[in-house]
Amino acid sequence: MSKIKKDYKNIVTQEMPKSKHLKNAIMAFIFGGIICTLGHAINVFGASMWGLDKVDAASLQAIVLVFLGATLTGFGVYDKLGNIAGAGTIVPITGFANSIVAPAMEFKREGLIMGTGAKMFILAGPVLVNGIGASVIIGLIYCFIG
Amino acid sequence: MDFVKAFIVGGLICVVGQILIDRTSLTPAKILVIFVVTGAVLSALGLYQPLVDFAGGGATVPLTGFGHSLAKGAIEGAKEKGILGAFIGGIKNTAAGISAAILFGYINALIFKPKSK
Repeated sequence: MSKIKKDYKNIVTQEMPKSKHLKNAIMAFIFGGIICTLGHAINVFGASMWGLDKVDAASLQAIVLVFLGATLTGFGVYDKLGNIAGAGTIVPITGFANSIVAPAMEFKREGLIMGTGAKMFILAGPVLVNGIGASVIIGLIYCFIG
Repeated sequence: MDFVKAFIVGGLICVVGQILIDRTSLTPAKILVIFVVTGAVLSALGLYQPLVDFAGGGATVPLTGFGHSLAKGAIEGAKEKGILGAFIGGIKNTAAGISAAILFGYINALIFKPKSK
């Protein structure tokens, strides 16, 4: 292998991925942190201003964040944010909203029933199936050994 | 201080997701499934609630928190109503988020035009 090729390979395999991965991780940390802090603020607001209990405050937090994620997706902002933030916008519940709203809009052309209605769960479906399935199994295990 | 804790813990959970995206061939959908199920299992083992007590939104906003809510609801349901409660509790505890996502998803599909990619 010629020296130039070696140098090139070194640069590509060593320098590029590391710095890119580090940058991605930092961006995910910052944006994920901001969204979680916002959620926490909504929770605290609901508890202190409206006297919501823990369960209701958590519900308020989920509804407001889902609304924000859905609306930003509608305006096309969330996906642009995702290009910068990576997992920082995928992992929070706003990303769950995005995963429902994006295909709901995308498949509108196939009709509101079989397009929007069916395809809106193309990404969120697996999450709900596995999450809810796991929770029922956990509940049942608790029934028998708890 | 609570807000700082929420920021750091929430940010770190997202970094775990980012590392999985960058270092493995897992698709985001698979990663989300792993997060939800991991949250549910950690919750069942009693390991996630302490994180929620510590970090608040930092632990409940990421999808692991969604899994935690599901499992917590199912266990509380099982305590109250036995087998019936195990089936009811999970979705009951997460109904707000799921219903909101469905409603806003549908409304947005009606209002906005699809973004051509």
